[in-house]
Amino acid sequence: MDLNYTKAQQNFRLEARAWLTAHVPAAPLPHFDATREGFEAHRAWERTMHQGGWSVVSWPEEYGGRGLDLIEWLIFEEEYYRVAAPGRVNQNGICLLAPTLMEFGTAEQKARFLPPMASGEEIWAQAWSEPQAGSDLAHIRATVIQDGDQLVLNGHKIWSSRAAFADWGFGLFRTPGSERHKGMSLVFFPLNAPGVTVNPIRKMDGHIGFAELFLENVRVPAFNRLGDDGQGWHICMATAGFERGLLLRSPARYQQAAAKLAAHYHAQGNDADPALGLEVARAWMNAEAYMLTIYAMSSRLLSGGKIGPEASTNKIFWSELDIHLHRTALALLGARAELTSAAAEAARDHDWLDGYIFSLAGPIYAGSNEIQRNIIAERMLGLPR
Amino acid sequence: MDFRFTDDQLMMAETARKLFAATASSAQLRAMLAKEEARDEARWSTIAETGLTMILLPEMAGGLGLGEVDFALTAEAAGYAWLPEPLVESAGIAAPLLAAINPSHELLSNTARSLAIGPAINPYVADADTAAALLLEHQGATYLRHPGEVKLTRQQSLDPFRRLFKVEWEPSGTPLSRDAALWRDALDRGALFAAAQCTGIAQRAIDIAVEYAKTREQFGKPIGSYQAVKHLLANAQVAVQFAKPVIHAAAASCAQRDLFSRARISHAKIIAAEAADLATRASLQVHGAMGYSWEVDVHFLLKRALALSATWGGPGFHRNRVLTRLREAPAGPEYGFARAGV
Repeated sequence: MDLNYTKAQQNFRLEARAWLTAHVPAAPLPHFDATREGFEAHRAWERTMHQGGWSVVSWPEEYGGRGLDLIEWLIFEEEYYRVAAPGRVNQNGICLLAPTLMEFGTAEQKARFLPPMASGEEIWAQAWSEPQAGSDLAHIRATVIQDGDQLVLNGHKIWSSRAAFADWGFGLFRTPGSERHKGMSLVFFPLNAPGVTVNPIRKMDGHIGFAELFLENVRVPAFNRLGDDGQGWHICMATAGFERGLLLRSPARYQQAAAKLAAHYHAQGNDADPALGLEVARAWMNAEAYMLTIYAMSSRLLSGGKIGPEASTNKIFWSELDIHLHRTALALLGARAELTSAAAEAARDHDWLDGYIFSLAGPIYAGSNEIQRNIIAERMLGLPR
Repeated sequence: MDFRFTDDQLMMAETARKLFAATASSAQLRAMLAKEEARDEARWSTIAETGLTMILLPEMAGGLGLGEVDFALTAEAAGYAWLPEPLVESAGIAAPLLAAINPSHELLSNTARSLAIGPAINPYVADADTAAALLLEHQGATYLRHPGEVKLTRQQSLDPFRRLFKVEWEPSGTPLSRDAALWRDALDRGALFAAAQCTGIAQRAIDIAVEYAKTREQFGKPIGSYQAVKHLLANAQVAVQFAKPVIHAAAASCAQRDLFSRARISHAKIIAAEAADLATRASLQVHGAMGYSWEVDVHFLLKRALALSATWGGPGFHRNRVLTRLREAPAGPEYGFARAGV
């Protein structure tokens, strides 16, 4: 066990720090879910990152990445959050779809889809959930039928993040008549294809962060199916592992927020409520524990280990720590906590409120925490189904 | 950066686990209680012969010259077995303290005997009567006393395997050392290894509850198939999963002896004690009335967890060390491992 960075890792950190310091926009960008302008501003940032060679650092070099290992990826994320760089509008593509595509895609599919994903030219939305299939994802009804060299898609998808403005969806469909985990396929479709209707859904923060999608005889080339016919469930579970496990929420996000929280608390000096001090310490400890656990897991994966059901413990831990951290921040703000950024008297760091509202979704998306607890109990502890 | 144990470390931990499983089973420990025995000399000899008491001793003292990371997994295993003998306090804390003062001290050569330790932060000394000697703290200085030279008064602990004593003595004569830093190190190791024992306790509590929930049936099904039971135990397992890496990182940085390493040890102590509390109470709940009985092992685990959470600094003491680190040094994503942010 050696918990010191190598000279190469330190140099890499400084290189990332230098580039980010020079390029991160001085003022925060408008939110990517709020307006088309905000979305496009984030797309432009993805392009800038890509030009500097920083948009997909963990990908292999042949697709525009730097081939970084997990530890270097964590270092990059630390530097990224250190300077409060913009949110990644293409995260669902870069972090969820891309690893799956690299594992299951053909050379032609990778060549077609990865480069425009890396540059932000094509931004992706996930289209898995349906009105009647949320936690019970195997219950989806949307269908795919092969017609010559084309696939015909029909169905109703919902809670598709970024879909209001994104370019592509990666959706889960089934062969008509198939049941449960069998007969599923993961298929890519342009969100502006004929037959696709995108209805934005307003979230509790007022942003149109997700959408419902109606697909009516949408035709795409058979080329757009990832893996073989019927392999969809297997592929999706691989993606879900990435999502819950390592790639969706990097520890740096919480370390940065906890450090900011501690600074706020200490700035209150003698007026600070000692009871809140305990919560501040708790928020920092949670962020550190998450970071250490992810580093330990990354070391294991680097030496050939596989990510198993412990991915579910990660998802519970980060979603709950995020809520606690933001609740503590709001408590520190006191009666001004309810002011939005639009209020003239809003505190300098009014983004705590946005962060809190966002954190409330954490225990729900990427597999509800109740489902994660079932997975832990059944697959880690071996309790009966 | 490599957050893995070496094969040697894992092998040593496996040796400890197997030894405890074979010699310190629930039935064996209960038999000791029935005979009112405080320690099993045969088991202690085996522990010493296996080398577990030598891990932290310098080679000059005939030890293995290893570090806190090497001992952490053994402490975890001792917690898992709710081991009665003072392996952790003697070999993990007291002996390294004595070795730091005098590595060729004669007491270190006799591994068949244990050492007891009385830091200012703990009001009572565990296993003082059976120890070869007591290392006692007075105003930062270290005094060595034999059990016969002090007045020992037994104080009954809730944990029937913990033998606590009030020690009355005079700090007269020349101390072994006046270096107060030694006691800060002892406190760090004490808190760190108490934390490691706590995650062992927590895992044992979960494991026995899982076994029970698989076989105990109500409403025609094993109770472990009900989500209410699953989620109790899943929550406890999450707490254990996120405590262990903190303990391991705290062990790896223990030798730094600075604001950062001390905050990490305190962090480990706080959350490991909480994990043990959560897991033992969840285990009690899953076992139902059986769990509340003397016949099921849950209470031994719960009592050990309660005792360890308050020794070597309780939650208040350790939270203050965390808050001090947050006040006095920068925090943020670049400071996770690198004190200078690089």
